[in-house]
Amino acid sequence: MVEQSKALAPLEKVRVRNLTIRYGDTVALKDASFEVRENEVFGIIGPANSGKTSFLRAINRMDEMTSGMHVSGEVIFNGKDVSEWRNLYALRSRIGVVFPLPVGLPMSIYQNVAFAAKLRGVKKKANLDEVVERCLTRAALWDEVKDRLNSLGSLLSGGQQQRLTIARALSQEPELLLLDEFSIAVDPVTTMRIEDVLKELKSEMTIILVTNLVQQARRLADRTAFFLNGEVVEVGDTAELFKRNTKDQRTTDYLEGRFG
Amino acid sequence: MGALREESAQRGIEDRIDAAWVWDRIAKAVIFIGGISAIVFVISIFIFVAKEGLGFALFDLDKSQFFGSPAWRPTSEPEPQFGALALMAGTASVTGFAMLIAVPFSLGSAIYISEFATGRKREYLKILVELLAAIPSVVWGFIGLTIMNPLIIQVFNVPVGLTILNAGVILGLMAAPIMTTIAEDALKAVPDGYREAAEAMGATRWQVIRWVVLPSAKKGLVAAILLGVGRGFGETMAVLMASGHAINLPTSPFDSVRALTATIASELGETARGSEHYKALFTLGILLFLVTFTINLLADILVRGRKGKKA
Repeated sequence: MVEQSKALAPLEKVRVRNLTIRYGDTVALKDASFEVRENEVFGIIGPANSGKTSFLRAINRMDEMTSGMHVSGEVIFNGKDVSEWRNLYALRSRIGVVFPLPVGLPMSIYQNVAFAAKLRGVKKKANLDEVVERCLTRAALWDEVKDRLNSLGSLLSGGQQQRLTIARALSQEPELLLLDEFSIAVDPVTTMRIEDVLKELKSEMTIILVTNLVQQARRLADRTAFFLNGEVVEVGDTAELFKRNTKDQRTTDYLEGRFG
Repeated sequence: MGALREESAQRGIEDRIDAAWVWDRIAKAVIFIGGISAIVFVISIFIFVAKEGLGFALFDLDKSQFFGSPAWRPTSEPEPQFGALALMAGTASVTGFAMLIAVPFSLGSAIYISEFATGRKREYLKILVELLAAIPSVVWGFIGLTIMNPLIIQVFNVPVGLTILNAGVILGLMAAPIMTTIAEDALKAVPDGYREAAEAMGATRWQVIRWVVLPSAKKGLVAAILLGVGRGFGETMAVLMASGHAINLPTSPFDSVRALTATIASELGETARGSEHYKALFTLGILLFLVTFTINLLADILVRGRKGKKA
């Protein structure tokens, strides 16, 4: 079965089957089924309250720390259902997350980026230095902070902090990178710089990009899913969707800005 | 419509003193008196203590004896001795021992309540801890006298159970709840976003606590410990009952000691007002006041520093 699908289609990174997410009685995502392929940028668009963030939380099992969040159905990551992972920490360490508002951990810039490596057990200063420089460079932040690596991460500007969190996510050497509306607190210039970085990263990892900017999905995503009120309305090739080759009229309406 | 406009226009023009205005003034005055009275009381207590003891402390008291001699013989004739060294050592040793117990206990339970307990369990625990903080000190002293004393004699096979060990344990258990409450507040003030971000990176709960939560709550935790120390210095009744109340330079936890506070409490009633003994006790009071004031001030500065940084 698995061999067959490998031969026929690109490798699956994440496969979602009948995924339903509830918060108490409220349904955030209902009966979603789709797949995310290896080394693609998978865009998720849709208005607020569509279940986009809930979906990301289900992938790295953040439901564990959210009281009242209940997940049913399957989220298969690398061929294994995430609900079957016993060592959640190992699962999460392979998935990088960038939150909408940058959360700089209360430590220095250097420590922020070296944290994941330290958790992995890297101890040598030289190795840590290397990780910090590489990740900050890739997140387009190195030049701005290389002279003050020991100052607090929280003292950076909003855009810099967001790049710091991206550097931190990269320092995990993730297979899967989840970006949740990363540009919400970032100026347009920085947004473009980060987008360039993401295009490069695609060759090394799979990226799921939740965005409230339709055009950002158009620029970055290979395929795009449209979420609406907890329903996955449509998943398709980004280029096709933007040519208005949509299966559902609501997708076209949203892309043209008629609601949301 | 027209009538409404007319009415509101009238109200705007008419600058009259109404009930709301009067109540506002009264409330302001009452709150001001309440606020200022706390300050007035503290200052007048200080003035009173200083008036009774400061002159004696500065001019008549032999300072080298006071700080250097363990001999506290305020009633000996013809020459009374006012060596407070043993009393200071008593207070310091009991407080130090108490902190050995209270710090791990309170930080441990604060971490458990803040980081691990959820929902109803957390609420019950918080109520329970606050209840513990409300137990009167004489009850703790009673426990020291009737339960700890025979227990220590039995377990360690020593002649006396009213010792540093006894008073330290009692004082530690007494101080732990309030320290837990303050430490828990400090931990709760750490934004959840930090925990979530660190956990999303694959950090274990312990790693999150060790590397993210504790460092960012550090100042509040130190403040909690300092307030515990202040409590230890100031506690009187429980220490009086559990420490053995014997003037002694301690060499082991099984020695009886006497605390500064307990000395004042037990002797002041028997002195003649204005006598040297009376004034010497007030000098002890000044010493205690200065120590606890310094500790509380330090804790306050730390807590303020933590809040100020967040704003």
